[in-house]
Amino acid sequence: MATMTIDKAGPTRKVKYGSMSRDRAWALRWSYFFLVIFVIFFLTPPVYMLITSLKSSAEISAATNPWWVSRPTLDNYVALLTSNQFLRFFWNSAIVSILVVSITMLIAVPAAFALSRMRFWGSTILGTGVFLTYLIPETLLFIPLFKLFVVFSDWTGIQLINRWYVLLFIYPTLTVPFCTWIMIGYFASIPKELDEAAIIDGASWFQTLTRIFIPVALPGLIAATIFAFTVSWAQFLYPLVFTTSTDQLVMPVGIITTLIKGDVFNWGQIMTGALLGAAPPLIIYAFLMDYYIAGLTAGATKG
Amino acid sequence: MAEVSLRKVVKRYDEVEAVRGIDLDIADHEFVVLVGPSGCGKSTTLRMIAGLEDISDGDILIGGDVVNDVPPKDRDIAMVFQNYALYPHMTVAENMSFGLRLKRYPKAEIKARIDEAARMLDISELIDRKPKQLSGGQRQRVAMGRAIVRNPKVFLFDEPLSNLDAKLRVQMRIEIKKVHQKVRTTTVYVTHDQVEAMTLADRVVVMNHGRIEQIGTPNELYHNPATRFVASFIGSPAMNFIPCQLEDAAGKLQVRLTDKLAFPLPPARASRYQKISRSDKLLLGIRPEHVTEASAHIEPGVEPFNATLDVTEPMGMETLIYFNMHGAQVCGRVSPNAGAQDGAPLRLAVDLNNMHLLNEVTGAVL
Repeated sequence: MATMTIDKAGPTRKVKYGSMSRDRAWALRWSYFFLVIFVIFFLTPPVYMLITSLKSSAEISAATNPWWVSRPTLDNYVALLTSNQFLRFFWNSAIVSILVVSITMLIAVPAAFALSRMRFWGSTILGTGVFLTYLIPETLLFIPLFKLFVVFSDWTGIQLINRWYVLLFIYPTLTVPFCTWIMIGYFASIPKELDEAAIIDGASWFQTLTRIFIPVALPGLIAATIFAFTVSWAQFLYPLVFTTSTDQLVMPVGIITTLIKGDVFNWGQIMTGALLGAAPPLIIYAFLMDYYIAGLTAGATKG
Repeated sequence: MAEVSLRKVVKRYDEVEAVRGIDLDIADHEFVVLVGPSGCGKSTTLRMIAGLEDISDGDILIGGDVVNDVPPKDRDIAMVFQNYALYPHMTVAENMSFGLRLKRYPKAEIKARIDEAARMLDISELIDRKPKQLSGGQRQRVAMGRAIVRNPKVFLFDEPLSNLDAKLRVQMRIEIKKVHQKVRTTTVYVTHDQVEAMTLADRVVVMNHGRIEQIGTPNELYHNPATRFVASFIGSPAMNFIPCQLEDAAGKLQVRLTDKLAFPLPPARASRYQKISRSDKLLLGIRPEHVTEASAHIEPGVEPFNATLDVTEPMGMETLIYFNMHGAQVCGRVSPNAGAQDGAPLRLAVDLNNMHLLNEVTGAVL
């Protein structure tokens, strides 16, 4: 993404700013310099993963140039994509992420609307409280949470631990507070007159939310969706703790637990799995980025 | 269509009283403008009529029914906001039809109403555009269209022209007047611009510090202001106030401005002011158009005097002159051919038939 932007902007900017002051020319050069460093820094790991994923195990362990593939092979891809186990991980990850995103949005959007617009007693404190819960690290939470589910299962006999759907209860503790916070910010940027106009036009609070706020705050909604999806897709600690059977694992944990056997690391397949795992968020970003950037509030009010 | 009544309406925010018990009756079809400086409570009053603010005390009636606890959507009102408040994701037609669609009007009816309103406001070609593709004036027309299609009992306008440039404001002012002539809906219009108030209103309500200072037709307010605040707020340039005292001279009443300058009062004014104590501290209120260059032939009640001008402002059709009298700056309007020049003396005349006398302490017009 980043490199593309630079290529596009480069020539036109040079022409456009041909006569600009030296200061600005230098500022631009420096920004390109740092952008290039930035791009190299962040693109090196995925490139290395791609290279490794195209090598056979023998070539990986051989003392050759690690940045070069002498005999490229798709064996790793074929092995993973034909493995029922890997497809199961992928499916678990997908279903968990999609459901978590849905649950998160169903909770976070109305919560943010209530906290930002329906002024009620304690709404400000509640708003801050929502954000504070996000600040508690998961490493502190996973043991008490585990205990909680154990107690729950003792009381009710309903076993949630070591079931993929236990994650549907846990991930929202990470995603809901942050998404609520993002949406509060977006809703707050919508001019007050817009909901007043809707109320006078005869809309209920719910209609104001669904017909005015959600469409107008779509960029925010998409940002929150991307966030919730990324968090659920990449979550590692919670699924590692709460799920153990191979048919219940999600991809990040599945790859690690099945492709590392004792001290034997199947690097080729690990890299391939990681690359394949990174694809869905990447595709989602690519599709939603334009919406995300487009400012939909333009024209609502003056300015 | 309906009349609107406010009965001792109060709005309190914690300790602060924004509106302090106002009474107002607006007749059916009437165009009433609430005008006053910022913070005078005019917008709060409008928002209470709309139902966007709760009222702390008193009653608001629309069409004879108390609506204190009726939600905005059931008050059958439409409001036009200062910053347009158009729904950015909807086209002009969708914006205008939003209220009707919520009420599940038949599609044909909605279309007919939109077409009519669009024709009235001259926005028929813009009907499929989004708000961001429109200019400020066009957006304000759409906002008005959204109000018109609802065919409400009352129109509420909250400073609708404040975001437009001066030229467009004049144009839209005429547009609003035309619309009101056509639809005749009871209208409450809030502005801080006294020119808008004067030009649009059947009756103007001047507000200050959460109270109504005076209610009247534009002409009444201009020619017979009740208080110093109204006298100075209505009219541009503002009315002059010159410290003065009444005195009797040879059996006639005269108003003394300085040691050397006193004007005998015309008979109508003299009888009106006869009972005022001669020791009261007073202000002579005189509008700039009643301070002009002295003409060869002086009318009764018009008194000539000499002044040295401080500043002149040629406006084209007239020249505004400023000079000092008894410590007060006085503005006058003279013909561009009167020979007014900065720093030069000029023979002027004051028309006392149109004078006002105010109590300097209470600010009341006597």
